[in-house]
Amino acid sequence: MTKEELIIPENKIYGKPTLMNDTPMHYCPGCSHGVVHKLVAEIIEEMGMEEDTIAICPVGCAVFAYRYVDIDWIEASHGRAPACASAIRRLWPNKLVFTYQGDGDMACIGTGETIHALNRGENIAMIFINNAIYGMTGGQMAPTTLMGMKTATCPYGRQADLHGYPLHITDIAATLEGTCYVTRQAVNTVANIRKAKKAIRQAFDNAINKRGCSLVEIVSTCASGWKMTPEQANQWMTDNMFPYYPLGDLKNTVKL
Amino acid sequence: MDNKEKDFVLLKGNEVIAKAAIRYGYDGFFGYPITPQSEVLETLAADKPWETTGMVVLQAESELASINMLYGAGCTGKLVFTSSSSPGVALMQEGISYMSACEIPGVIVSVGRGGPGLGTIQPGQADYHQAVYGGGNGDYRTIVLAPNSVQEMGDCMGKAAKLTFKWRVPVIVLSDGMIGQMMEKVELPPFTPRRTEEEIGQQCPWATNGIGLKHRKYNFMSSLEFDPQTMEDRNQKMADKYRQIEAEEVDYELYKVNEDTEYLIVAYGISSRVSMKAVDLLCEAGVKIGMLRPKTLWPFPNKAISQLSERIKSILCVEQCEGQMINDVRLATEGQATVYHSGRSGGMVSSPTDVVEDFKRMARENLSKNWPKGYWMK
Repeated sequence: MTKEELIIPENKIYGKPTLMNDTPMHYCPGCSHGVVHKLVAEIIEEMGMEEDTIAICPVGCAVFAYRYVDIDWIEASHGRAPACASAIRRLWPNKLVFTYQGDGDMACIGTGETIHALNRGENIAMIFINNAIYGMTGGQMAPTTLMGMKTATCPYGRQADLHGYPLHITDIAATLEGTCYVTRQAVNTVANIRKAKKAIRQAFDNAINKRGCSLVEIVSTCASGWKMTPEQANQWMTDNMFPYYPLGDLKNTVKL
Repeated sequence: MDNKEKDFVLLKGNEVIAKAAIRYGYDGFFGYPITPQSEVLETLAADKPWETTGMVVLQAESELASINMLYGAGCTGKLVFTSSSSPGVALMQEGISYMSACEIPGVIVSVGRGGPGLGTIQPGQADYHQAVYGGGNGDYRTIVLAPNSVQEMGDCMGKAAKLTFKWRVPVIVLSDGMIGQMMEKVELPPFTPRRTEEEIGQQCPWATNGIGLKHRKYNFMSSLEFDPQTMEDRNQKMADKYRQIEAEEVDYELYKVNEDTEYLIVAYGISSRVSMKAVDLLCEAGVKIGMLRPKTLWPFPNKAISQLSERIKSILCVEQCEGQMINDVRLATEGQATVYHSGRSGGMVSSPTDVVEDFKRMARENLSKNWPKGYWMK
């Protein structure tokens, strides 16, 4: 059997989402961003929402998200994506509006905007990449950096007296009346990727159907920031991040 | 609000901002309460335009959020505005820089009070620099309109809506607590329907709203560039646009200026109302004085001031701060006339007699020919 005979549409079982373009990604090997980008592209394509989606990207590693997924994007100033998204969703009631943010963007500089958009029950979805470190600026302490974890700005490890405690923004979100769905996922294994996809899909469905605000945290790796190989990073995340940020739904008020 | 609302009404300046915006077909308002402009949001909340024109009204969690709501909304091609006062507008400077960088339309109403810091809640004009030069980072300019009556507060909302889309630059309506709070008879504009999504799609092909995505390259709004050459190209393109705005959009008004005019007052906003009375009093006393009132602070009426400077003795720049616009007036004279300051600050407002007294001091100094001694006078 020749290659030409094998590579035919009937035999295709998986493909790159058509919304993912060929721009080379700037993400490091082992980074979770690429996988989550792909999930987002797949879901929008499956939903047929290409012309009805407005995405807001953050300041942080995902600042260039608009380069990779062929939908209309707005790059917000640091931390203000939820404010941007709130206004857009109210002005375009038939569009899918979501934010894609990191821990520094969502849980530090933009905490105010995050809490208030969640609490107003804006009909948007928020995807939260939590890798416990500032990736883009070179590995400084994040609001979600674990106790004892070493970063460029806490080189001897995070200490409560010097740096305070990790912020559980997702747990806070679950307590707010405006949220309908708050979940914590990961994309380190095929099984987890499937669960994460389902979670993002539900968050998008909630937004379109005006059920309130959804937050999907993806506990993520930052191999470069953590100074590890991609494989070590996945292991370190499983051993250290998951016990502190356990995976699963924190809140789901949607009865389907 | 209902469509039976009369067209001629007695209203506060801030109330007119709200009512005119609804009638001019604005799509949304995002703002945070602050004295002396809270009536804007209060009027919108009471009038419920979302039930009539479909305009969105949202009380934001902060001015930071308001301006970023404006940024997001503007990116999608919607006509939106926010309103605030001095410390609140200070918080918006970053967002205005981002809007400028991405060439996003949006209208910011700034109802000035005494400063700096929390300052006072009484009228002030100490935010001239903030509005005209901007407190955000980078090479950008914003069109600044300066209403001096309750009527003009409303008119500026229509003018700002046109200009912000024509040039794709944020437009600031720089007012003050006195114009915002005082009541005058106004004629409200007729209702203009909000643009449909189809119209936005046709008029704003640059907008990030998904419309027609399958038949075009995707749009994105970002002010980030890693390549300095690309950034410089963007800046130069914006600078070209700014030069064009300077050539086309200058607006000012002359009051009692004629061939015999020997002295000139330059004033905007509430100071121009006070100065108008001062000019009347001085003219009655036989002084050959007139006033130039910039209606746009950027672009500034440089040419008009330069031409008048050739033949007048001196200029009194009246503003309710310790002297900000005076620098632009001096530059505009190109050294042909001496410029003196008159005005109060911190929430105090000059009376016409204060201006007359300052004029007398200026005239005495002018006669003694000891320029530029006493450049600054109180």
